[in-house]
Amino acid sequence: MNLFRLAFAYLRDRVATTFLNLLLLVFGVTTITMVLLVAHQLRERVNREVAGIDLVVGAKGSPLQLILATVFQIDAPTGNIPLEEAEFIRRHPLVASAIPLAMGDSVSGFRIVGTEPALFSERGARMARGRLWQRPMEAVLGAQVARVTGLELGATFIGAHGLQGGLAHAEHPYTVVGVLEPTGTVLDRLVFTAIESVWLVHEHPRPSRAPSVHHREEHEDAGHEEHAEHEDHANDARQHGAHAERGPSPDAEITALLVRYRSPLAAVQLPRLVNERPRLMAASPAFEAARLLAILGFGLDTLRLFGLLVMAVAALSVFVALTNALEERRGDIAIMRVLGATRGLVLRELFLEALVLSAAGLVLGLALAHLLVELLARSFRQAFEAGLSGWVLAPEELWLVPAVLAVGVLAALLPAVRAYRLDLASTLARG
Amino acid sequence: MRVRGLALVRNGRTVLALDDWSVPAGGRWLIVGPSGSGKTSLLQLLAGLLLPTRGSIEVMGERIDAMPEARRDRFRGRTIGFVFQTLHLVRALSVLDNLRLAAFVVGERRSEDELRALLEAVGLADRARARLFELSQGEAQRVAIARALVNRPRLVLADEPTSALDDGNARAIMELLIARTSEIGAALVIATHDARLAPWFEHRLELGGTS
Ligand SMILES: Nc1ncnc2c1ncn2[C@@H]1O[C@H](COP(=O)(O)OP(=O)(O)OP(=O)(O)O)[C@@H](O)[C@H]1O
Ligand SMILES: [Mg+2]
Repeated sequence: MNLFRLAFAYLRDRVATTFLNLLLLVFGVTTITMVLLVAHQLRERVNREVAGIDLVVGAKGSPLQLILATVFQIDAPTGNIPLEEAEFIRRHPLVASAIPLAMGDSVSGFRIVGTEPALFSERGARMARGRLWQRPMEAVLGAQVARVTGLELGATFIGAHGLQGGLAHAEHPYTVVGVLEPTGTVLDRLVFTAIESVWLVHEHPRPSRAPSVHHREEHEDAGHEEHAEHEDHANDARQHGAHAERGPSPDAEITALLVRYRSPLAAVQLPRLVNERPRLMAASPAFEAARLLAILGFGLDTLRLFGLLVMAVAALSVFVALTNALEERRGDIAIMRVLGATRGLVLRELFLEALVLSAAGLVLGLALAHLLVELLARSFRQAFEAGLSGWVLAPEELWLVPAVLAVGVLAALLPAVRAYRLDLASTLARG
Repeated sequence: MRVRGLALVRNGRTVLALDDWSVPAGGRWLIVGPSGSGKTSLLQLLAGLLLPTRGSIEVMGERIDAMPEARRDRFRGRTIGFVFQTLHLVRALSVLDNLRLAAFVVGERRSEDELRALLEAVGLADRARARLFELSQGEAQRVAIARALVNRPRLVLADEPTSALDDGNARAIMELLIARTSEIGAALVIATHDARLAPWFEHRLELGGTS
């Protein structure tokens, strides 16, 4: 005999009530934990995406849209910006690095992004196999793209115009030269290529201003903007043979620049500087991500509130059950006291019952929540691709442990006080 | 066990007054008196379940009425066995676990063999696993007696232990109580208005009007 056996005996003695209370507790804990888990992973994911990007510079429009399009890759870009404007930002002394992105095409629903290899080092992506591109029309695949499309090193593919897959650019096939390791970010779902590939695939823009791009000096194609596509192609092939770097046309455009600041001072000066330029807009990923999370957070808060409500009902139910049980147990408690149990022992036994119940509810609820989130991740492709997993611990879950146990203790408080005050003589005399 | 100058006032009424009364070790006393004469109150006083308004109560040379509560609880558990008229067992536990409980609450351990021997002595060797609702009144009363003996008390108090039983059972219970208490040398004090018990006792304490 020990206190646990005694507590278990009483819980077993009113098995239906115990089961109901356990069910309520598990339901509450599961709901709250699932919300915590999903919210935590969502936040983690969003933070992972914006990590290392202090500012995104793109065309004027909605800042949230710019961030969604360029950082999360889930919206259409706000437009393009001239390369010379981009160069102005790149050369600014407060900018540590600025990586251009040029978007527009897709393959099998995965976006093709023209950029520079520096993107990989900035975002901490490593090559799983193959190499970086060395000339236009060579492509490096994100891990998930490689897995889903089955494209291997040396394979060729054709980009479709637009992000949802429109007209194919059959005359400009890409060749796979490398595959990235999984990063757990949107990089896994992108195809990377030299920025020139994107220019090449699309019609060349007309010349307008004198370009101020440093590439220009070695740019063989300058002034050939009016050339038909086949000429371009030939030109391109020649360049490939010569291993030359193809430069942009004078008013080539990019979609956006991912900027990392050199000093905190930049956060004050740079956005204003950018926004003052007629065609540029600066958007802060951290700020827009926080806005995004606030929007999503509303739904999660509602769910969390629901979970708290269920917990409150569970606590009330445990309280009612213990109070009722106490009425039936006055005689038992009196017997225990006559047998030599102190008030303290009786009190400990009652609290232990509530603790055993809430601990069981906690453990089962946590386990069920993780299981359900994992099932959710496995049954919905989007959830899985968003990196959702049940085998992750949200730090807030640790708070749930003392919180739920406290709920149990709280529910047992009043019955325990009444047990403590039980008048032995009259309880016994009543028989 | 000895009481001196004992008085108990409940609701402004003196329900019990006992000048000097003592029970020697192993002694056997019957407390009789009409309903409301304070029999139950006296047993509760002796067990430290109730505190006197005046006077002192010594059990095994110790003032049970003057102890701190927690110590009084444990003292009662170790030295006094209590048997009630109908309040017998802890519902949620089996017969055997009820016996274990008696040892546990005072921090003792008893081997299963020991407890089974005790059950055998009250004629319930085969009901160790039974629950309260599976027992008859007489059987439950026997378990209560066995449990009162688990901690080898020096004093066994019984409040109307036979009032709910028929003649046969009442006789069996009395014989059991006397046999078991004399076996361990414990004093036995029974409060009752059950006239059937008189023949077993050499000493009687009459309450109500006489004192
Ligand atoms: N809890 C209580 N509070 C106040 N007075 C009580 C309480 N219990 C009993 N009394 C009073 O104390 C007196 C003695 O009661 P007690 O139960 O000791 O008598 P008794 O001799 O055991 O009676 P019975 O033969 O009916 O069991 C009675 O007058 C009763 O009304
Ligand atoms: Mg009585």
